[in-house]
Amino acid sequence: MSRIGVAFDKARADGRAVLVGCMPAGFPTVEGSIAAMTAMVSAGVDVIEVEIPYSDPVMDGPVIQKASDIALAGGVRTADTLRIVEAVAATGAPVVTMTYWNPIEQYGVDAFARDLAAAGGTGLITPDLIPDEADEWLAASDAHGLDRTFLVSPSSTDARLRMTVEHCRGFVYATAIMGVTGARSQTSEAAPILVSRLREVTDLPVGVGLGVGTGAQAGTVAGYADGVIVGSALIRCLLDAPDPAAGLTALRALSAELAEGVRHPQR
Amino acid sequence: MSANEPAPAGQVPDAAGHFGRFGGRFVPEALVAALDELDAAYRKAMSDESFLAEFDALLRDYAGTPSLLYPAHRFSAQIGARVLLKREDLNHTGAHKVRNVLGQALLTKRMGKRRVIAETGAGQHGVATATAAALFDLDCVVYMGEVDTRRQALNVARMRMLGATVVPVTNGSRTLKDAMNEAMRDWVANVDETHYLIGTAAGPHPFPEMVRDFVRGIGVEARAQCLDLTGALPDAVAACVGGGSNALGIFHAFVPDAGVRLYGFEAGGEGVDTDRHAASITGGSSGVLHGARTYVLQNADGQTIESHSISAGLDYPGVGPEHAWLHDSGRATYLPVTDAEAMAAFELLCRTEGIIPAIESAHALAGARKIAPGLAAELGREPVIVVNLSGRGDKDVHTAGEYFGILDKEQ
Repeated sequence: MSRIGVAFDKARADGRAVLVGCMPAGFPTVEGSIAAMTAMVSAGVDVIEVEIPYSDPVMDGPVIQKASDIALAGGVRTADTLRIVEAVAATGAPVVTMTYWNPIEQYGVDAFARDLAAAGGTGLITPDLIPDEADEWLAASDAHGLDRTFLVSPSSTDARLRMTVEHCRGFVYATAIMGVTGARSQTSEAAPILVSRLREVTDLPVGVGLGVGTGAQAGTVAGYADGVIVGSALIRCLLDAPDPAAGLTALRALSAELAEGVRHPQR
Repeated sequence: MSANEPAPAGQVPDAAGHFGRFGGRFVPEALVAALDELDAAYRKAMSDESFLAEFDALLRDYAGTPSLLYPAHRFSAQIGARVLLKREDLNHTGAHKVRNVLGQALLTKRMGKRRVIAETGAGQHGVATATAAALFDLDCVVYMGEVDTRRQALNVARMRMLGATVVPVTNGSRTLKDAMNEAMRDWVANVDETHYLIGTAAGPHPFPEMVRDFVRGIGVEARAQCLDLTGALPDAVAACVGGGSNALGIFHAFVPDAGVRLYGFEAGGEGVDTDRHAASITGGSSGVLHGARTYVLQNADGQTIESHSISAGLDYPGVGPEHAWLHDSGRATYLPVTDAEAMAAFELLCRTEGIIPAIESAHALAGARKIAPGLAAELGREPVIVVNLSGRGDKDVHTAGEYFGILDKEQ
């Protein structure tokens, strides 16, 4: 079983959900992102999702776009992402990479899979790659023992849910709302329905993302999902801070609040 | 002649939208259901006599097609080729794009959706979409890069007069690609009641195929008109290529005619050897952008590079996947035309024919001028070139006026 699978099993045994925290690689700098992700781990984030910054992130809202733009303006390269994965994996937390497809296609799909595995990454979350177009990635992830997390959505048909989870390994990512990333004042009503539809077709752990920003929301999502995925709210801690130290303080505080939230599932 | 006679069977793309290694669907899963719905509605419509009749009537009675094929004698004399201009600039709204928006607006109605969104560069597609939205009583939101809202202010006003909401996009390079990202985000969030009326033959399947089929009447008409006028098919067909809808529109009916050379002219900006151009095929490489695999201007890490062209409508770092395929298969030839070459051809058409072309279309005119000597030498006679005059230049008067330094100071 993959290291992500172990993390999900352990959390399930503890009667709680896994907390997945997302941060763009190289935001605000390469070293700064390593510090941020390490701080998240020490404050209770179970799994780190390292997003490769991309110039045209169509699934992401303004917060992640802005952070990605800052990272790219700072000159971060795909190879830097691998270095970040390696540094964060050294903390012992499983590290999964989220990426739009073109950076991987340009790096070389098999070469990236090889190098990600060597860096200690567990696999990829692919927001704009559906299994229908993923032959090369299916082969490369098999060859290098990596997990594959495809997304499902409230609009996915039952047939597509079944097809998508058949191609997933590690966990499946349920997008809770129809829309882009970004914290919202209310979490979705569509999400529990989507998760129960997934339970009909798979035993894989289900992570729910898009919109979670507080410990209470994390507790609500933990009530029906195996993993709670948080990105924009964590990133905003750094974006809104007057200086890096204050940013890390806020990031630790929110990470701890969310970690507390996933330990109190609201069922 | 039916402008929307179905495309011959057995051609690209395959059922999943692949043109060879290009095309396909590189999209969030959240959009797959909407793309499947659109695909089904489009296929049903194209085999539905009542849909085709309604589309034909709109094209004829509202858009003013078939557009003329005009022998541009004085321009021809200057470039050493017999140039036949496909006058898409005379269509309602001033460009070929009205064909695509009428087709998609009809489909929107059939799918029971009440709202359309669109991206626009030069504003031509935004104006065309706002026009169709007014005609069909649909809510309309147009995303336009902030840079473009400034260089095409007149078209912004036009869209607002037609009742559309224009949203300036301030992300990234603030041009067409970013407008497309923003429209895509809107669509993901509002897909139930909204149709994304993509303005070119790009994006995820079925858009490239569907848009091509809605505009392919251009070539069907031009082919018949050329036969009527000259008794033969042309030696070459020339069009500008940004996303590539006007070029596919005029190419497609000629693809089976092996003797007809197809030329697509990309925006070479300040030169494809500089970093300021928008020539995705001649100056880019294979990648994934906006839902399809195609040629893209990108760096080694796959980050999109900002494009540049004096023409807002060609200022896009990708190209429709069917052009990528036509290039790889060798059926069409793609060449860059610089800003300076395009503006020289722009001026020449103004002065010889009394026609102010869109700067986009001026790239096709410049391209025809470029290939004429070689074709004449190869054929041993004056070549016949059909040029798609895809749009009129009213919207570009300010840009051209600045370029030629003919504006009075206070303007």
